[in-house]
Amino acid sequence: METISSYLSGDHQRCDELFSQAEAAASGKDWAAIAADFQAFLRAMRRHFKIEEEVLFPAFEQRTGMSMGPTQVMRAEHAQMNELLDAMEDALQRQDKDGYLGQAETLLIMTQQHNIKEEQILYPMADRALAPELGDVLKRMHAVEA
Amino acid sequence: MSLEPGLSFDQAPPISVPFRFFLSAPLFALLAALLALWYGPALIGSRWQPSALALAHLMSVGFLGFAMVGAMMQMLPVVAGAPVARPVGVARALYLLLLPGVLSLAGGFLFAAQWPMRLGMALLGAGFLIFVVAVGASLKRAPSLNPVVLGMHLAVAALAVTVALGLTLASNYGWEWWLTGRVRLANLHLAWGLLGWVGLLVISVAYQVVPMFQLTPVYPRPLTRWLGMSLFTLLLLWSATLLMQDAAAQERAALTAGVLAAAGFGAFAATTLRLQWQRRRKVTDVTLLFWRFGMACLLLALALLLGAAGQVLPEPARLQVYSFALAFLFIAGFAVSVVNGMLYKIVPFLIWFHLQGQLMGVAKVPNMKEIMPEKGMRRQMRLHFAAVPALLLSAFWPPLIYPAALLFGASMILLEINLLSAFRIYRQSAKLAPQAGSQPT
Repeated sequence: METISSYLSGDHQRCDELFSQAEAAASGKDWAAIAADFQAFLRAMRRHFKIEEEVLFPAFEQRTGMSMGPTQVMRAEHAQMNELLDAMEDALQRQDKDGYLGQAETLLIMTQQHNIKEEQILYPMADRALAPELGDVLKRMHAVEA
Repeated sequence: MSLEPGLSFDQAPPISVPFRFFLSAPLFALLAALLALWYGPALIGSRWQPSALALAHLMSVGFLGFAMVGAMMQMLPVVAGAPVARPVGVARALYLLLLPGVLSLAGGFLFAAQWPMRLGMALLGAGFLIFVVAVGASLKRAPSLNPVVLGMHLAVAALAVTVALGLTLASNYGWEWWLTGRVRLANLHLAWGLLGWVGLLVISVAYQVVPMFQLTPVYPRPLTRWLGMSLFTLLLLWSATLLMQDAAAQERAALTAGVLAAAGFGAFAATTLRLQWQRRRKVTDVTLLFWRFGMACLLLALALLLGAAGQVLPEPARLQVYSFALAFLFIAGFAVSVVNGMLYKIVPFLIWFHLQGQLMGVAKVPNMKEIMPEKGMRRQMRLHFAAVPALLLSAFWPPLIYPAALLFGASMILLEINLLSAFRIYRQSAKLAPQAGSQPT
């Protein structure tokens, strides 16, 4: 049965996959190809943030009454990741390969430590807290568009 | 529902907590290299001689101990969702006890002096007691007992056993009395320290960081569920065999436990190499290379161990060679390599993370590769990769200890320079932060 954990952890994996393509593309010289891979990655990341910030976090906060707790920290970390994504895009436009890869490296670790916290603590909490309305929450998550 | 821990910015300790340990660690290894240069080939004479004992403790308590204490204080909030309480005070106390503690212990061995030995015992005993209690308490609060948390529990328990055995052995040097069964006790101390504390900690941290740094598949569930517990049980069983009266039966039982433990570590190394082979991240970075090298050294050490165990009664001379070769492979080849590789991720990331918190919207934050440039890391890595084989060969041909110690010492100097340059970037950039949030050192 699909859960919040399984759906969003799976989405993390998909984003990871697109990240490694966007990073590996930068070993080549074809800036158009690098940009295309980066855009695919960027779209997936922004959609993931949107699912969490527009569906999961509000539902979780409403159910638990915790609006300043873990979801607040996750939102702040999304903002940090968005800054890194902007910096990558910026480096891309300047065709600055070292800058692009340096931001990518930083983003990777930032994202991974963020994912650990979500997958090991927040998603299981959300699955428990939102059990009565799980089907509805998942349906709304699937409906989010990039 | 109460607020579960693990998801707060405040829980990441100030940068000074891990960094004072990270920045000191290579200096102990450098001191060890200088000792090796000073004593030369005579060092390889016997594992019981003072210079070898001093060197072993500078590496294990100094380099590895400091790096691991720093890393654990940093990682607990992320992996266990449970930070150490009052991290600044605990880190300061640990540092002030452990630093002079390691130096007095090494001095006590070198000069066969009782007072430095007693002082070292008191300082290290108190320091590790605080560490075990502080980390143990925070692990206990961890919301879930996942394999990483369980492995850390076991590693900390192994550290407590190691320290207790170490204090008993050191009392032999600190006071005028002769411990019976000293060799057995020393072997126990070694096994709990290297296989228990170092081995179990590396294994449990690997479950988290190997998939994270290289985007590999996760470690297989049966391995993460059983390996740590099995290795810990084998260490207990192996220790228990030392109480057996029948010498032949004891030897058989100890050999069986040893072979099984070697198989466990072998499975870990082989799995790590396989996962890294299947990684989704395509770039090959320094950390990956350090880990591969470390795993290869671990496998080679296990092969050597089994080779030594296979001979029913090795000649004493051969045993000496084996013990030095094993020590070089396990400590310098395996443990130092994986720690070195991890430092190159953790240090630039933490600097970026803390700067980002302070400078967001104020100034541009340097990225990880600007903080820790690739070129410097690769140069140091090449020196380390040359130093380890040279050290290994010096166990068989002692004059080689000179070039080996030179290479190892040079590698540690470069590591220290790399870490300090990164930290200098932190200090300079942090000056730009508005005063309220800045917290240099």
